[in-house]
Amino acid sequence: MYTTEMSKNPTQLGPSAAEPPELIEAFEARVANDEFIEPKDWMPEAYRKTLIRQISQHAHSEIVGMLPEGNWITRAPSLRRKAVLLAKVQDEGGHGLYLYSAAETLGTSRDDMIDALHSGKAKYSTIFNYPTLNWADIGAIGWLVDGAAIMNQVPLQRTSYGPYARAMVRVCKEESFHQRQGFEIMMQMAAGTPEQKAMAQDAMDRWWWPALMMFGPPDENSPNTAQSVRWRIKRETNDELRQKFVDVTVPQAQAIGLTVPDPDLKWDEARGHYDYGAIDWDEFWAVVKGEGPVAKERMKARTEAWEKGAWVREAAMAHAAKQAARRQKEAANG
Amino acid sequence: MANEKKEWPLWEVFIRAKNGLSHRHAGSVHAPDADIALRHARDTYTRRMEGVSIWVIRSSDIAASDPADAGPIFEPAESKVYRHPTFYVVPDHIKHI
Repeated sequence: MYTTEMSKNPTQLGPSAAEPPELIEAFEARVANDEFIEPKDWMPEAYRKTLIRQISQHAHSEIVGMLPEGNWITRAPSLRRKAVLLAKVQDEGGHGLYLYSAAETLGTSRDDMIDALHSGKAKYSTIFNYPTLNWADIGAIGWLVDGAAIMNQVPLQRTSYGPYARAMVRVCKEESFHQRQGFEIMMQMAAGTPEQKAMAQDAMDRWWWPALMMFGPPDENSPNTAQSVRWRIKRETNDELRQKFVDVTVPQAQAIGLTVPDPDLKWDEARGHYDYGAIDWDEFWAVVKGEGPVAKERMKARTEAWEKGAWVREAAMAHAAKQAARRQKEAANG
Repeated sequence: MANEKKEWPLWEVFIRAKNGLSHRHAGSVHAPDADIALRHARDTYTRRMEGVSIWVIRSSDIAASDPADAGPIFEPAESKVYRHPTFYVVPDHIKHI
């Protein structure tokens, strides 16, 4: 669950003058040849930095993504739904952990990444700064938000950095359950009482546009896309992925009798794609800057959980040190 | 303790998918000790019956070859094609060899 390229003024990527041209050339050739780059291989500093930013943002999105759904675990309408939601939220935590580990292979530390998230220096997907108002939102998130995430993540299974690609393979395997459980919720509500159907439609109305924004700014405003695609950090552009998402999702909405909240949406026979209306990018940038409806609440919940858990982390370390000292003493005496 | 790095150490996780297969690297976890590393590895990497056995080892205890030395390390094997059966020409009518 994430969006690419979230810094508003990204630094221009490119090889630095200080790096040996023959190493850069060999690196570029390997990447162009679809070889994987592994942690201890030589890589340009800009490649390393871009990956750390992208993977850690991705990890943060998984971790923050647990909050809007975690809200609803105690209020799930049945035991089945509760068990499913618990499993999904646990998966999101797991995804965050796979990704933090992948980022750590590039030389950043877990503590530094967590600090960057809590201090507001690091971004996470804008989608989680929208509130989950009722149960239908849990359906809409699974179906649309996880659906958009899958669209983004499937090509990343072939991304050039080995640990990131391997994390993505694992994530993608688990993610399709997330989307299907969300669609099932929406399908059931859309076929329910008029009130239930209205709730499903209302959730669709609120989540459709934010889901489209998850793919990031349009290609012409995404200055690093070309370099990232060349380095195989990204495999498809934001607009290409967004179009794919619209094309597969519109028929799903129609099939369960929900209306996509876009008066300009129409099938374009010549292009073989759906045309869709203009996206409100001012809203997107406002949310990126932390002005989403619940941005402050999310970070407060996140930092509180971290701070309240500090004593557990410290006690576990103290216990491990004590055990190690005892073993050492026993070994010395034995 | 205040300014000390508080992060739990990193452990590499290896999982045996089923008996008959070797343990294979799955990823890593942070944990204060081996017991908790095993527990975290279970929660992180085996939520869908991916394994029947887990190994964890502190990442700092792993010695690894340097990719920059890959040439000198692996080249000797590359030039010894006579170590492969396909190097030897055997007439077609000779069977079971």
